[in-house]
Amino acid sequence: MSAPEKDIISQSGYRPAPDFFKILCQTASILTVLMLGWIIYEIIESAWPAIQKFGLDFITTSAWVPNRERFGVLPFIVGTVASSLLAIMLAFPLGVSIAIFLSENFLSPSIRQTMRFVVEMLAAIPSVVYGLWGIFVIIPIVKAFGDWAVNSLGGFPLFSGPAYGNSLLTASVVLAIMILPTITAISRNALASVPKTLREGAYALGATRWEAIFSVILPTAAPGIVAATILGLGRAMGETMAVAMLIGNSSRLSWSVLSPSGTLAGLLANQFGEAQGLQVNSLMYAALILIAITLLVNLLGEAVLRHTQKKTAGIR
Amino acid sequence: MQISNEAPAKNTAEDRNPIGRPDFISVKDFNFFYGKKQALHEINMDIPERQVTALIGPSGCGKSTLLRNFNRMNELIDGVHHTGDIRILGKSIFDKGVEVISLRRSIGMVFQKSNPFPKSIYENVVFALRISGISKKSDLDECVERSLRGAALWNEVKDRLHESALGLSGGQMQRLCIARAIANRPKVLLMDEPCSALDPIATVKVEELIRELKQQFTIVIVTHNMQQATRCSDNTAFFYLGKLVEYADTQKIFSNPSEKQTEDYITGRFG
Amino acid sequence: MDSIASHSLDFFDGESSENTKIVARSLTNRLLSGICITLSLLTMVPLISIIFLLLKKGLPLLGTAIFTELPPAAGMSGGGFGNAILGTLAMVGIGLAISAPAGILSAIYINEYSPTSRLSQAVRLVAKLLTGIPSIICGVFAFTVVVMTTGTFSAYAGSMALAVLMLPTILLTCEQALLGVQSAYREAAYGLGATRFQTIARVVLPDAFPAIMTGVMLAVARAAGETAPLIFTALFSQFWAKSLNEPTASLSVLIYNFSTVPFPHQIAMAWTASLVLVAFVTLANIAAQTIFSRKN
Repeated sequence: MSAPEKDIISQSGYRPAPDFFKILCQTASILTVLMLGWIIYEIIESAWPAIQKFGLDFITTSAWVPNRERFGVLPFIVGTVASSLLAIMLAFPLGVSIAIFLSENFLSPSIRQTMRFVVEMLAAIPSVVYGLWGIFVIIPIVKAFGDWAVNSLGGFPLFSGPAYGNSLLTASVVLAIMILPTITAISRNALASVPKTLREGAYALGATRWEAIFSVILPTAAPGIVAATILGLGRAMGETMAVAMLIGNSSRLSWSVLSPSGTLAGLLANQFGEAQGLQVNSLMYAALILIAITLLVNLLGEAVLRHTQKKTAGIR
Repeated sequence: MQISNEAPAKNTAEDRNPIGRPDFISVKDFNFFYGKKQALHEINMDIPERQVTALIGPSGCGKSTLLRNFNRMNELIDGVHHTGDIRILGKSIFDKGVEVISLRRSIGMVFQKSNPFPKSIYENVVFALRISGISKKSDLDECVERSLRGAALWNEVKDRLHESALGLSGGQMQRLCIARAIANRPKVLLMDEPCSALDPIATVKVEELIRELKQQFTIVIVTHNMQQATRCSDNTAFFYLGKLVEYADTQKIFSNPSEKQTEDYITGRFG
Repeated sequence: MDSIASHSLDFFDGESSENTKIVARSLTNRLLSGICITLSLLTMVPLISIIFLLLKKGLPLLGTAIFTELPPAAGMSGGGFGNAILGTLAMVGIGLAISAPAGILSAIYINEYSPTSRLSQAVRLVAKLLTGIPSIICGVFAFTVVVMTTGTFSAYAGSMALAVLMLPTILLTCEQALLGVQSAYREAAYGLGATRFQTIARVVLPDAFPAIMTGVMLAVARAAGETAPLIFTALFSQFWAKSLNEPTASLSVLIYNFSTVPFPHQIAMAWTASLVLVAFVTLANIAAQTIFSRKN
């Protein structure tokens, strides 16, 4: 410490140097914000020829014939929405069960810890590995189920035959496993933020565990669980590799969950590598639609989540 | 305070209910452990019927732990166990044949922080009835009015029964929780520092209510507030470090305690 | 309120009808607990199945050749995927070199310099939205910006896509890490006359460092497993890369390519590559957790 003794408070003659580090950080922030705009701009620019040529017909028609330059993505939009909704229907009960399991004391803490680890591992496995696993495990199971379903339930359009291994159902089953960690984690947070006093209040009135869960805990956590479901839906819609490997990538519209289908993300994964000319522009247009859908779903999920946090803060 | 027309508001802390059974709740050689840590040591006490018994003592002395054993709320915590027994009307609450949910139905509890469910006032009160499968509208309506009158809240909320309970004031919320607890028609009412989060005016109202309620219920109340114990209890038990130091008539405890520790505490020398 | 307590009570003098009701309620309760536990444990089935198959089908080919040799041509046996491992490491490394500084500096700005400014709020919103954008969109973006401009698939394009993918993860976990630093430390530093930069560099960052590393490791784990951003940016290559400006192999794209061919040897290799990839991702995740738990 050899500070000159004369000026305890630096006065005249001292001017603080501009904070270069602050400018650096600010620049990084500005670049981050511009990133999203840049992504959207680049994609719109590349999609422009297709947007001009097809307009909204692109969304409402279902022909995808590259060598005749006819492009319409309706089947892929339908497939994206259908596979994600089906996946949510499968994952929702499981995810909420696990979230309850993790936030209640049914079993010893070590088992709960193991369960948490299992869910975290499921989140860590790469999409392409799920795809590989799905090819060898889920496709045969769904094919067998499909053959049975066509025989016994074939009357319903949802289960009309013939049953394929690479189908909407196969993709949805694997998607459900993949989005389980998202749903579980956010639902668990919502359940954990239900005040302990409410739980005690219900127990003190003679409620059993599940009466307390159904009448007080779940209703209080409901908005958070809804947000979890919406964000899980967003993830499912953007999921690419596993779906591309399992869904069959067909551009034919079908009512049956046992038929091949296609998603926007799968379309991009399959065709971008070899696309040329207007096909590239059309794929960019499809990418734009995918961004629009997922952004919308995610914004909705975030909005619900934020609203929830405000609301539970009021319960004390 | 006007509660209802047919309820004569004549009782004060001084006039006892003479017919009550002296050992309505009976604690025998009771020890309680959180894991290895012993929280209660050899507690023996009889709590008389339809009187107010206050448990006092410094923080961590075990008074809340004992209170939460009367309806077995402590069982919600992992790794607790006890020895000895607690009997209500001579029947052990730890008996194998006792379903804990029916025990809790028979013993109401009011917490330190009021904890109305995020539902309407009406649904809060009928919660216990709904979970035990009662859904007849007339039964529920009767219960809501009876309980809210019992908790001296009826006149304040009768026009907005279906609004959210979270819109009530702090004192009203706590009285709603009392209404919710007595909707079960319990015999015992446990109160864990029911006024500690309330302002003085709301506290007065709840204390008046406690004196009112002892006509019907055996009340055990944990409190940090010595004046509150003198104002509304008939008997007082002083706890220190998990032991029951002294247990006697409230007037005697506060005017002429037999133990030095009790005297030190009530005169504010520690705690 | 003449008879609040006159009603009979189940605990004190049980009526039989009341008792059957309570038994029924307890049974329902147990049944629901059983269902919940069963559904939860059911989740272990896919995980166990995946791990079992990875070991069963992936272990036989696991040897040193896997790490040093090139992928076999269609229908041929032998070989390895050394170039794919190298490609994955290189692209994740370059992606990290771009995204980590950008993410950490942005996080410092929004947490240390002006937490409530419009710019900071915009950064938070954009980061949230970027996490929600499908990973394949990062690939589409890198395709337009790098591949279409340079005219060739390349490791640069792949790195760019991974950088966009990692940015929001690093930014958001880094913000949480900085939020976790007690404000008392900052006040103490300012109280001793430190400048803003000195406070950040000497007090805040050292304290937040483990948590920041956790975020970085999580981002690395995620990027290493991603296929969609690479599939039409880095594409694939059968050979060792001579430069970063040519098609480059990666583990994940190798798995994708080999999983759909009709040759058993290639499929076996896809499993081995999956085993290596999952092992790497798991290690990165465990590293992240360990760094984090050591701090707390």
